Amino acid sequence: MATATALPTGFTAAVLRVNGDEYPVVFPTHHTLLEVLREQCGLTGTKHGCELGECGACAVRVDGEAVLSCLKLAVEVRDSEVETVEGLQDGNELHPLQRAFADFGAAQCGYCTPGILMVANALLDRNDDPEDAEIYEALSGNLCRCTGYHRIVTAVRWAGAMARGDDWRPPEEDFHGADSQAPHAERSG
Amino acid sequence: MAANPKVEAVGRDLRSGEEYRLIGTAFRRVDGRAKVTGRTQFADDLDFPRMAYVKLVRSTVPHARIRNIDLSAALAMDGVLGTLVGAELPDKFGILPVSEDEHALAVDTVRFVGDPVAAVAAVSEDIAHEAALAVKVEYELLPSISSFDEALRTPEPQMHDYADDGNIHKKVSLKFGDVEEGFEEADMILEDTCYFEGNTHLAMEQHSAVGVPEDAGRVTVYSSTQTPHYVHRALTKVLGLPASRIRVVACSNGGGFGGKSDPFNHEMVVAKLALKLGRPCKVTLTREEVFYCHRGRHPVLMHLKTGFKEDGSITSQHLRTALDGGAFGSYGVASTYYTGALQTTTYRIPNYWFEGARAFTNKPPCGPKRGHGTPQPRFAFEVHLDKAAHHLGIDPAELRLRNLQPPDSVTANWLRIGLIELRECIEAVVRGSGWKERYGKLPEGRGLGLACGAYLCGAGLPIYWNHMPQSGVQIKLDRSGCVAVFCGETEIGQGSDSVLAAIVAEVLGIELEDIRLCVGDTDLTPVDLGSYSSRVTMMVGHAAMQAAERARDIIARAVAAQLRVSETELVFADRRVFPAGDPDDGLDFSAAVVAAEARYGTLGTTGSYIPPRAPGRYRGAGVGPSPTYSYSAAVVEVEVDPQTGVYDCRHVWMAHDIGQAINPVLALGQIEGSIYMGLGEAMMEEQVFRRLPKKLSAALVHKMPSLLEYKSPGFHDMPGITSYMIESRDERAPMGAKEVGQGPLLPIMPAVVNAIFDAVGVRVDQVPATPELILKGLEAKARGRPARVGPTRFPRVDYGTPVEVPTPEQGGDGRARHDPKHRGLRSASGTMKDRDEALKERRSATLTTA
Ligand code: FES
Ligand code: FES
Repeated sequence: MATATALPTGFTAAVLRVNGDEYPVVFPTHHTLLEVLREQCGLTGTKHGCELGECGACAVRVDGEAVLSCLKLAVEVRDSEVETVEGLQDGNELHPLQRAFADFGAAQCGYCTPGILMVANALLDRNDDPEDAEIYEALSGNLCRCTGYHRIVTAVRWAGAMARGDDWRPPEEDFHGADSQAPHAERSG
Repeated sequence: MAANPKVEAVGRDLRSGEEYRLIGTAFRRVDGRAKVTGRTQFADDLDFPRMAYVKLVRSTVPHARIRNIDLSAALAMDGVLGTLVGAELPDKFGILPVSEDEHALAVDTVRFVGDPVAAVAAVSEDIAHEAALAVKVEYELLPSISSFDEALRTPEPQMHDYADDGNIHKKVSLKFGDVEEGFEEADMILEDTCYFEGNTHLAMEQHSAVGVPEDAGRVTVYSSTQTPHYVHRALTKVLGLPASRIRVVACSNGGGFGGKSDPFNHEMVVAKLALKLGRPCKVTLTREEVFYCHRGRHPVLMHLKTGFKEDGSITSQHLRTALDGGAFGSYGVASTYYTGALQTTTYRIPNYWFEGARAFTNKPPCGPKRGHGTPQPRFAFEVHLDKAAHHLGIDPAELRLRNLQPPDSVTANWLRIGLIELRECIEAVVRGSGWKERYGKLPEGRGLGLACGAYLCGAGLPIYWNHMPQSGVQIKLDRSGCVAVFCGETEIGQGSDSVLAAIVAEVLGIELEDIRLCVGDTDLTPVDLGSYSSRVTMMVGHAAMQAAERARDIIARAVAAQLRVSETELVFADRRVFPAGDPDDGLDFSAAVVAAEARYGTLGTTGSYIPPRAPGRYRGAGVGPSPTYSYSAAVVEVEVDPQTGVYDCRHVWMAHDIGQAINPVLALGQIEGSIYMGLGEAMMEEQVFRRLPKKLSAALVHKMPSLLEYKSPGFHDMPGITSYMIESRDERAPMGAKEVGQGPLLPIMPAVVNAIFDAVGVRVDQVPATPELILKGLEAKARGRPARVGPTRFPRVDYGTPVEVPTPEQGGDGRARHDPKHRGLRSASGTMKDRDEALKERRSATLTTA
């Protein structure tokens, strides 16, 4: 690590640990983790929709916790393990969350997806069989403008099942539509 | 391909009822892996060596002349590389040729808070930001207009001198049939005034563009755009360069919804700065700036008058609309027509008078948002029908069924309607929701509402007049067995890449993995007009099918010769080409391509699509036609707290007439996304403005240009959804597939307010239907006054002399009665007659050959 005196004022040098890799970087000290990940580390998988903590698109994990990288200064994570969407897969194998999102239409434009995947990943690590209400709660800070959210919630459940080795899968009507001849069934709303 | 003999029966006839192999299955979208691994490159993900960062200086006042722009302080800052002002790009642009009224940067006048005035480029975004703040602009304030009414009252000064009348940008009056006589025949005449508030797309991705200088004075612009071809045209005009020296690449869009379908000032700016500085230049808008780009839903005030017979049949309708357009034309002329054009597509309206007007106001320009101009009058109509059903004592579902527009018909305003499955849609949601047992019978506070809608499967005409294909596809095949497909289409999340790949794979009997796509690149791909008007499946699909069928024909000829069988016996399936009677005697697909390459040389085919000509010949007939229409019906169940007016949507049943789902998971995703967006518009979303107090400049500012304050539904707001896809393949559509991206939004807003009425007996004639409004209605009801909230007056607008067009039933020919000899419009590429002849021989004559 370079000494502080070798740096122009207002810059910080650090070695960030992201997805287990080391990134020696120099960045303006006031820059957020979001900016440093995207601009210095070249990890553009993490997105932004507001840079004000309002949309969740920038969520990453810091020491396991889901955090909004637009609200976190990069200097704050110098001693932490950061995880981003780029580190989710195992080798060339997709993570169950990634498989479920890709196969179930939980990513349309895919712009909100990295943030949602990271928050869901933190949730499943705590509890691999969450109730829908817990998924809503965990993802309540993430906006998605494309999907209408249901597919995201169900994909998280599906991924949890895959991770547990349970063969639960989303109901058939989510793949092919409901039977238009079927009569009314009471629903919980 | 003109020289190729037509091989009719090769493979399976994909237009018949036969089962498809890939189409209709829930395959993983072709860009799915990239999207879940963070590999999809959106415009802001691009980085180039020596790239400069650009910031726009935006107007802080709503309407003013620019006295002076002082760039000196900005230019003196370390790291600032250059600046740009309007005088350096004096030529105007705009999406519609009739309203090219935008400058890349304001030249002498600013017209809304947020209108760009200057640009600065610097070595970092931070410095560019600081430098933009250091630019001093002096303004001479002009009176500003905040609403349609104010525009009507303030004809001077004109915001744009091309406006139809003062600050009324566009006026339309189209009268079909004998409207007055229709009203005389009616047993009941109903009149309603309704309001639809403006709202915005709020795509999660902020707009971004990068200009890159290339060799020989050329420039490339990478952008988050839904319409690279139109951006290309605008850049040509503004930069004053030949189109061949400009390349536009549409990156995957992080959501569009219509908000990225105008050519934008920031795209012009980065292209010019790249050429000026000799460096790549990037601009990424902040979320606040995205609200200023806008082009979202027009606020529309509507007055609807309809005559009904006792049995519920409609005798006549008169619709008046007043649109608040914002500061520029954008798509506004089309939006104005669209507030009337599709009104006739669902129910039979024998006589119809549509009057529409759009005002210029000092706010960010409105434009096309999902449903473009159609959701507002659809809202008014479906609420109106709910009331009519009550007055007539007819069930609302039944009233609609009695009025259905017949299939294969031409409407009073000369739209040719194809297959309609609206009856099946209504019946499905009626069954699923338990409508017959539950409507009108749920406990106080709970209610059901029903509404329908119809939408285009692609606008029939391109945005600028021409007779060229609206979509083109090129296919390159070689001995590797890999099939490369080139098309100008733009993936905005809706799945257009998957539609393109799946259609080609289906025809050639190969897998999605065998296909490589190159899309949305004006240098490399044939023109496709873009991702708007729900045109992609229809038009790209047709072009892809044609190109793939031509490739299949070439391969079939070679294989037939090699195997000494007849071409007509060959089947393309499972990555093989084989005689139907002897599957073992075939070739692998790659071996089949080798046979063709050896015999005919390098292989390539093209396909194109031009929609059929619509029957209307009157001025204005260009807006509304489509090769076919999609239909939707919805029932929404709500629960309203009568103490507070707060309500919840509990469940939505939605049936959509889709023809054929290319991929049911993606199609259901479009339906669910439409329901979500419709609920946002029905319940909470509004792009609204306020005037700052006099002592603070009195500027007209956006009330809430942030994601937090602009309320949109979150995870918790979503009801349960039951979606039905009514599949009955439409022969006008490729593989029978109609649109699904926009139509299902239309019934949601009226269904919600109809359900509120069923729940608590309050009519909310405007959206968003907020708890405050419902409470007002409940209070009125408690005091014995009419339980109705919404606008109470409609302004007096002079819409001009109506253009009178006899209807098909009256024996009209599609022309207006007193039309001064309608001479065929000409364009550089030929006349309507040339186009018709070309269309007749669509499979050979007009098209470039392989
Ligand atoms: S970019 Fe961080 S919350 Fe929106
Ligand atoms: S998939 Fe587009 S914003 Fe969520």
